[in-house]
Amino acid sequence: MLGDKDRIFTNLYGIHDWRLAGARARGAWDNTKAILDKGVDGIIDEMKKSGLRGRGGAGFPTGLKWSFMPKEVKDRPHFLVVNADESEPGTCKDRDIMRHDPHLLVEGCLVAGFAMRAHAGYIYVRGEFYHEAQNLIEAIKEAYAAGLLGDNACGSGWKFDLYVHRGAGAYICGEETALLESLEGKKGMPRLKPPFPAGAGLYGCPTTVNNVESIAVAPTILRKGAAWFAGIGRPNNTGTKLFCISGHVNKPCNVEEEMGIPLKELIERHAGGVRGGWDNLLAVIPGGASVPLLPKSTCDTILMDFDSLKNEGTGLGTAAVIVMDKSTDVVKAIARLSYFYKHESCGQCTPCREGTGWMWRVMERLVVGNARIEEIDALYDVTKQVEGHTICALGDAAAWPIQGLIRHFRPEIESRIRARTTKMAAE
Amino acid sequence: MPMVKIDGVEIEVPAGITVLQACEMAGVEIPRFCYHERLSIAGNCRMCLVEVKPGPPKPQASCALPVADKQEIFTTTPGVKKARNGVMEFLLINHPLDCPICDQGGECDLQDQAMAYGFDRSRYHENKRAVPDKELGPLVKTSMNRCIHCTRCIRFATEVAGVEELGATGRGESMEVTTYVEHALSTELSGNLVDLCPVGALTSKPYAYEARPWELRKTESIDALDALGANIRLDARDGKVMRVLPRLNEDVNEEWISDKTRHAIDGLRYQRLDRPYVRKAGKLVDATWSEAFAAIAAKLEGVDGKKVAAIAGDQCDAESMVALKDLMTALGSPNVDCRQDGAKLEAGVRSSYIFNAGIRGIDAADAVLFVGTDPRAESPVLNARLRKRYLSGRCTFASIGPAADFTYPVERLGAGPATLRDLVAGKLGFFEKFKAAKNPLIVVGMGALAREDGAAVLALVRELAEKVNAVRGDWNGLAILHTAAARVGGLDLGLVPGEGGRDVAGILAGCEKREIDVVYLLAADEIDTQKLGKAFVIYQGHHGDAGANRADVILPGAAYTEKPGTYVNTEGRVQLGQRAGYPPGEAREDWAILRALSERLGKTLPYDTLDQVRARLVAVNPSFAALDQQAAGLWGAFGKAGTVSDAPFTSPVANFYMTCPISRASRTMAECTASRRQLMAAE
Repeated sequence: MLGDKDRIFTNLYGIHDWRLAGARARGAWDNTKAILDKGVDGIIDEMKKSGLRGRGGAGFPTGLKWSFMPKEVKDRPHFLVVNADESEPGTCKDRDIMRHDPHLLVEGCLVAGFAMRAHAGYIYVRGEFYHEAQNLIEAIKEAYAAGLLGDNACGSGWKFDLYVHRGAGAYICGEETALLESLEGKKGMPRLKPPFPAGAGLYGCPTTVNNVESIAVAPTILRKGAAWFAGIGRPNNTGTKLFCISGHVNKPCNVEEEMGIPLKELIERHAGGVRGGWDNLLAVIPGGASVPLLPKSTCDTILMDFDSLKNEGTGLGTAAVIVMDKSTDVVKAIARLSYFYKHESCGQCTPCREGTGWMWRVMERLVVGNARIEEIDALYDVTKQVEGHTICALGDAAAWPIQGLIRHFRPEIESRIRARTTKMAAE
Repeated sequence: MPMVKIDGVEIEVPAGITVLQACEMAGVEIPRFCYHERLSIAGNCRMCLVEVKPGPPKPQASCALPVADKQEIFTTTPGVKKARNGVMEFLLINHPLDCPICDQGGECDLQDQAMAYGFDRSRYHENKRAVPDKELGPLVKTSMNRCIHCTRCIRFATEVAGVEELGATGRGESMEVTTYVEHALSTELSGNLVDLCPVGALTSKPYAYEARPWELRKTESIDALDALGANIRLDARDGKVMRVLPRLNEDVNEEWISDKTRHAIDGLRYQRLDRPYVRKAGKLVDATWSEAFAAIAAKLEGVDGKKVAAIAGDQCDAESMVALKDLMTALGSPNVDCRQDGAKLEAGVRSSYIFNAGIRGIDAADAVLFVGTDPRAESPVLNARLRKRYLSGRCTFASIGPAADFTYPVERLGAGPATLRDLVAGKLGFFEKFKAAKNPLIVVGMGALAREDGAAVLALVRELAEKVNAVRGDWNGLAILHTAAARVGGLDLGLVPGEGGRDVAGILAGCEKREIDVVYLLAADEIDTQKLGKAFVIYQGHHGDAGANRADVILPGAAYTEKPGTYVNTEGRVQLGQRAGYPPGEAREDWAILRALSERLGKTLPYDTLDQVRARLVAVNPSFAALDQQAAGLWGAFGKAGTVSDAPFTSPVANFYMTCPISRASRTMAECTASRRQLMAAE
């Protein structure tokens, strides 16, 4: 279990002052100049050593990502873009960072921006996060006033400007290239990759897009040292992580814990346990709506980190743990997720545009058993036709929950179909 | 150059191309819907998926993936086949499958590819999507249920046509291609959307339910409705031209044609002259060919050649023009002119009247000056090429002439010759920019030349060209943009007044003063027929337009789709048009009419076959021997220095949709005109 001394988000619950004075008292902005003095290579090296993997869902090593930026600034400026379009169902960690500890993010932007040779950073905030954006803007204003941002940020001689942009509430704009399109004022539709944003991103300039949490932890890592961060968690899955526990638990919460904590311990210690006791657990979606669910048998022992969840055919995603107890209509729950993806598909590429609607409609019929047994296989086949064939990962995200359902709860679906068929025959 | 291995076969391909292009070079066909060579890459249909090593484990969209050395590409693996079948299934679940009543049937990409990747029954048991149809104007019919969201139309409108009027609203399966605010497309290139649409979502409105592609006889020909000489395919059924499609010619029209080229053909069915007429007691009455010829012979009997004149029209083939010229020479008349608009162009120096840089030269130009032209109205496809040049960057555009929407930014230096004079004198800032350009291009329209001071304007342009070093061994940046398909051919054949002869204005003045007794109008309708006075007018042409109205004898000729003919486009490219159908009734090919008439007049022209006429063309001007080639003309003395007036330049094309007898007779063009007026009024 993570000790208080190792916590990065010390005002996660908003008990303390979120403004500059409060943030400083908790250690933020403490001699940031010294961090910048490590130089670009020093910072990136330290980030690589810390083993930090991107907190937005894909888990790509953050230090490595930063190092993809061109080594020299040529005719095109570099940009840092922070993805604060947190819309993954079940996820609410970035929101708490922005409203309760915005200075961690602002300082992180300076450090990350400096490491990318960027003079400007954009924070793309989910449209619905009005108050969060207000706090963030306020924090940026404070930082400017204190000389922490601007022409000579923290006295380092580095010019860095930070802007907040509010989205308009489309889930797809959380995809990094769709986010860039949206930021440029266009319709939020993912771009083809390659070229990757590090080569041609915002306005065609070298850009790195990072999750709020990845950026917010960077200053603390650099201050306390890579070895400290790498010492927490398990190899290749290091550090602390914000977990968002929701659903059928006694005390839903956000909590910062070490990577690799057993799921059972996470739920029992921090969320007050499953409603009706652990044995009342049906399934858990471990990483936000996009990943396949885990049946109780796996939940008993699973560790919460990238690699162990991947080995179980699911993923850590955004570490949004959605707990479902035995009162849950699991087919209906997944059908609701299918509706979400059908609603949020951008419509650009064929498999996702056509497939999400198809999957949702079949799911709706499966909820009431209005189907034939073979349609379960057909549905599984359709999810496989979507998965891996789309421009961005939304297609995968729409397919995986259904695959997880069929994998673990096929008997439940079949029994509904049989029950309805029998009932219809009787009538 | 990278070596790649496609399905086990190694091939060397140029660097920088995509995997899809590499596969095509290797002869491996990749199915696609959204990809189009001339549009930006969208990568959204996902039909072109291939597997690539090294690379991620999932299939890649080959249209967007650059080739890399030592890449291995697999197009036939079970994984690829499964992916493509999957995409095809997705495309079909919401596609109406109304092929039997769809105009795209028989030439539909979706239909064709479904044969290879589709399945014979559906696993989709839900309701299909219904999408409201959109109103895109008189030319493009929509059936949006069929749309597969490839966005080719959006990209064409935005990139090639330069009108950002099409886009997608809605998300996911609710995404719809639309004009946002419902209105007709304000582009002269909208017909190309129909060609680009891989399914039947956008089809041709005038051609709706007219014919099936397998019923049509296809003839490769040349367009004569503007001076570009777009390469076209005429699709005819029972000798009637049903539709016009573009043909690929990278040097001329790439694969686009204008809406007039495509849709004015219904004008070929109306107002046609299908038999000879002779005016008797003030009324035109039916006649036989021999009666008509007899009337002409009687009139010409004893008339001095100097009192006879001939004017060639804007759509004449070279064959008929050379026959006209030869006949006039035989009659002893020097009064021949092909410049109906009175353009002050001389026939002597070829470089003075052609688009010397060639249409392809636009791609190499890095500074363009327009003088007295609105290229969007005068030649929309050429203007699209200029826009393409703009999009590829590092090219400046300026204009002296009418205020116009070019579809790309053009700095307007001024309105008339005074500005040109100042520019030549180096008084304008643009002069230095223009001089610094490597390949400056001066596009001169008829709006600058078809006026009293045209020769002086031409002299100024010539001076400018020399001053900015636009005329060199490797580059000739003087580009005359004609509006008439026949003009360059006419000038090549010397259809200008001979020794002591009269030009068009002189002929008309002569008619009024009774110094000209007989005027031969070869499909010439763009002159002021009021001024023909009491002269005896012979009109040979295909439409009952202005000229025929005034005629004393009408000889029915053939339109450009009804005769094999030679046309020289604005850049001096000699191209052959072919016959797609026969002229109506008693109408005949034009050179043959002149040949027959000459015999009746006792001045028999020395050719009996088309080949012999073409030999005569080459004899008059050897440039007719080189088909489909373009080169700058020889530089020489032309233009006439003099004072220029202050009157601003105007474009000769006031209404793009109606510029000739055919387009004036076309109901489709009338609808387009009305629609455009409505659009402009709304603005």
